Amino acid sequence: MLYAILCYAQEDVVGTWSQAEDDACMARLAVIQERLASEGRLGPVARLLPTTAATTLRKGGAEPLIMDGPFAETKEQLLGFYLVDCDALEDAHDVARELTEANPVPGCYEIRPVGIFHAGVAVDPKAVADMAGARSQPG
Amino acid sequence: MNDLAWIDATFASARPKAMAALLRYFRDLDTAEEAFQDACLRALRMWPDKGPPRDPAAWLILVGRNAALDRTRRLKRETVLPPEDQLSELGDAESEMTERLDQADYRDDILRLLFTCCHPELPATQQIALALRIVSGLSVKQIARAFLVNEKAMEQRITRAKARIAAAGIPFDTPGPVERAERLGLVLAMIYLVFNEGYSASGEEIEPRQPLCNEAIRLGRLLLRMFPAEPEVMGLAALMLLQHARSSARFDAGGDIILLEDQDRARWNRPMIAEGLALVDKALRHRRPGAYQLQAAIAALHARATSADETDWRQIDVLYAMLEQITPSPVVTLNRAVAVSKAYGAETALTLVEPLGTSLDGYFNFHGVRGAFLMQLGRNSAARDAFNRAIALARSGAEAAHIRGHLDRLESEAVRQVETVPSP
Repeated sequence: MLYAILCYAQEDVVGTWSQAEDDACMARLAVIQERLASEGRLGPVARLLPTTAATTLRKGGAEPLIMDGPFAETKEQLLGFYLVDCDALEDAHDVARELTEANPVPGCYEIRPVGIFHAGVAVDPKAVADMAGARSQPG
Repeated sequence: MNDLAWIDATFASARPKAMAALLRYFRDLDTAEEAFQDACLRALRMWPDKGPPRDPAAWLILVGRNAALDRTRRLKRETVLPPEDQLSELGDAESEMTERLDQADYRDDILRLLFTCCHPELPATQQIALALRIVSGLSVKQIARAFLVNEKAMEQRITRAKARIAAAGIPFDTPGPVERAERLGLVLAMIYLVFNEGYSASGEEIEPRQPLCNEAIRLGRLLLRMFPAEPEVMGLAALMLLQHARSSARFDAGGDIILLEDQDRARWNRPMIAEGLALVDKALRHRRPGAYQLQAAIAALHARATSADETDWRQIDVLYAMLEQITPSPVVTLNRAVAVSKAYGAETALTLVEPLGTSLDGYFNFHGVRGAFLMQLGRNSAARDAFNRAIALARSGAEAAHIRGHLDRLESEAVRQVETVPSP
């Protein structure tokens, strides 16, 4: 079963981290990702830029309307996601628990089973203007 | 990360909202600060066991307000304090509070808090110090370090600034659209001042001042969340992100500045650039160009160039020409001349620069840039004169060293020429 693990936290809390704190957290998360990858269970992983960089296209009208900002003002924001292959829901919860230990900033992980998944093509990680690659991991 | 680290981060992120609401409530900066401090102390006792509240800002506002009211009552020896543990039963009150304080209230509160710090009677340095203390919550010690003064002097500076504001009165009316736009403009300028205070540092000042850039970017994002559809807010945030993205490539090991064209672009911070570019794109959709957006668009062209040679100087010239129209200034024209020299040659650039001599005669960059154009045109003696003027006006060792490099090159060229002249 493929699960999406959606990472929610207050982006302005994460935004107060120094570069060193951010790097340290990413390094802890990277350990978990490497293990999952070596087990052949890790799908795409993404860390999203702050919601202030977002635009939202609202469907329904004659002409879709594009607005600035995220689709909803929420206390916690979607900061990133993982796709992980798990035998059972329990395994997915275990992964989320591990992520919690690596990144104890208050927030939630929403564990959602995936219905349809197309791997697409292997897009170039450099396309996110992130040449280092290692920093494009979700919190 | 331990308990204290996430609690600290939560305080820092909740602070602007909480301080802004407490300032509206108490109408006095000192009382609001004390109330916030009290709330943080209680949070430190409560949160590690009970976990964080769902809305930390609302919790801190409510607890801070109660604590300050208790203090007033205690001073008046009126009612008995409620037992401490009652504070943990905030669930209902907290959610009610949260509902009342929706984004629109926060928006005017935060704008007022920031606007208070950029009171026109305060000199720029006091505005910056106050914003860092009140809004960002930096300690007086940290701010003093950034300004290279001792703690006591900074404490006095902040106290004086607060006194001035108290005397002038804080505007508590809800601003109309025109006033709100005006205040927003002043607040943006103040945030950019904070940023530049950090960005302009060199040598040993870099380390204590760099946090100011991060604080300014945080304030920019905060403002953007409050005003999500204001293109100039996007422009300022983008400008700061795109400039700060270069920070680890801007100085050599000795703390001397490395010019944009010589920087190792692999050391630029890519996520920061991605965020800045995204904001520039968002802002351009509004088709309401402004000074910050144009400067951000220029920075974006530098960020998009994989090497200095690939910079789109013609487009940068176009953007500077637009900037000249919106904010005419000899400094903007001087910057445009640099783009013109790259796109169309030093001859054209020099004609753009020559008329600026009267207004920019006391400006280091003017003589430095003019000297560089003259040097490119082979007018070495005039170039030397310009560089000597520049050195006399240099504000830092790094600036002087950069010009000295040019002079040395002219010198060695002259020596080579003498050596290659055949003896009679």
